[in-house]
Order: sequence, then C-alpha cells, then structure tokens
Amino acid sequence: MVIINGEKVNADGITVEQYIKSSDYNTAFIAVELNEDIVSKANYASTVLKDGDVLEVVNFVGGG
Amino acid sequence: MIPNKNEMIAAYEARHGKELQKKLSAATVAVCGLGGLGSNISIALSRAGIGKLILIDFDKVDISNLHRQQYKANQIGLPKTEALSCNLSEIAPYTVVETHCVKITEENAVDLLSGADIICEAFDNPQAKAMLANTVLEKLPGKFYVGASGMAGIGSTNEIKTKRLSKFFYLCGDGVSEVGKSEGLFAARVMACAAHQAHTVIRILAGQYDV
Repeated sequence: MVIINGEKVNADGITVEQYIKSSDYNTAFIAVELNEDIVSKANYASTVLKDGDVLEVVNFVGGG
Repeated sequence: MIPNKNEMIAAYEARHGKELQKKLSAATVAVCGLGGLGSNISIALSRAGIGKLILIDFDKVDISNLHRQQYKANQIGLPKTEALSCNLSEIAPYTVVETHCVKITEENAVDLLSGADIICEAFDNPQAKAMLANTVLEKLPGKFYVGASGMAGIGSTNEIKTKRLSKFFYLCGDGVSEVGKSEGLFAARVMACAAHQAHTVIRILAGQYDV
C-alpha cells in the first residue's frame, strides 16, 4: 500500500504519471513529493510507486 | 520624528528577545508576488525586523486590489514593487528592500531567489504557484519554501492551516477554496493566510520547525 495524501491507496507498481492521470489531476497545477523529495515532472513517467511509499500530491488552487 | 536604527533595534529586542532578533535581523526573505498575500506578508515581516526583503512582482496597483492588498488609493498605477517598498519604508525604515519588477519564470527564478534564506510564494495564479514550488524545490535545495493554496471565499478562518509537507516545504491555506468558484477574496481571510506564512517564516528563523 502507498500512503497518498495521508490515505492508504493500493497503488503499488504503478507510476506517478499513471496515478496522476487516473486521479484527474492537471499536471500544470501540481507539485509531487515522494518520501519527502520533490519529483521532477520529467520523472513522473519513470517513478514507480512501491509498498510503504509516502506520496504527497499538492494541487494548487487560485487566489492570493 | 523617525527613530534612529539603534532605537528601532532596541524596540525589536525588547519584544522579541535579543537572541531571536539577531536571527531576524540577519535573515533575507523573498516574497514572490505582491498581491493580497505578498503585501501582507511583507508588512508583517518588516514589522518583525527582518533584515532584508526581496520583493518580486511585475504588476501595477489597480483599483481592484484595494479591497485586500496593502496599497493606497493614491498609489493606483504605480508598480507594486515601488508602492510597497515606499509603504514599508514608512513602517520599518531600516529593513533593506530589494525589488524586482519582473515576472518570475522557471528560467529566472534561481537567479532572483538564490540570495534568500526563505522563499514565500504569494501568487494568485495556480499554475505559477505550481511552477515556483517545483522550481525552488528542485533547483534550490536547502531553501525553506512557504507556499499558499486556498484562501478565497467567506469560509471560516479556522480552516486556514499551515502544513509541513516535507523538511523544507510548508503550505498555508485551506487547500481548496479557489478564487472564481466562491465569493471572491476577502481581505481578512487572505490576511489570515498571509499571517500563517509570515509567522511560519519567523518560526523557522527561531528554529521552531514544527507546525
């Protein structure tokens, strides 16, 4: 299981890109951290999630 | 009569303690975007006696800003960098202010921000927010980053929170209240989020890293 934004998700073996697409995020509006390290957008497709990973997808909304 | 620098420092030290004030006076903080968040963050930090602020925005003061941003009606049309540095000089005359009237991009961010100890993201555009978070966290490792997301609407200010997402990455806001999908932006709620950001900066400088 992968902890994604604080919740356990069965996402073992899929890539960050697959998770983001399946969850309807717009990549232009997000930052992704895996185990507290930023994941470069160029690496979304090659980063494979595994059991015990902690993924944080920050979806920025407008206003300031 | 404007107090001299030693009198100002003594006044800061009396309130913050000598040891903490030394850290605040030695710090350089960048504020990216000088709208509702950035103008309020800058005022809070200059009042706290932060040594140097790097203020970055490409925009001019507009009538539509006055309901929440720290500008005056007679400043409409001025670059925000110029108007804010003028207002800050009246509040905290010994805070060093560096201004850049430019749009921050992936290409210029490192040059603009490498001199800062802590970077506050205070944009309104969500794409720009994501761009800066990605750029700073990837290209400027070891810099503290304090971003914001979700402060529009008339929802309770108690929903505004500070989260520490990783060692150097803090995010303030309610995470969801988006401009355009709610009643717009209200000064006090935006100020609450700006206050979270400014106080996070002060806590980091004080070595209080938890939230």
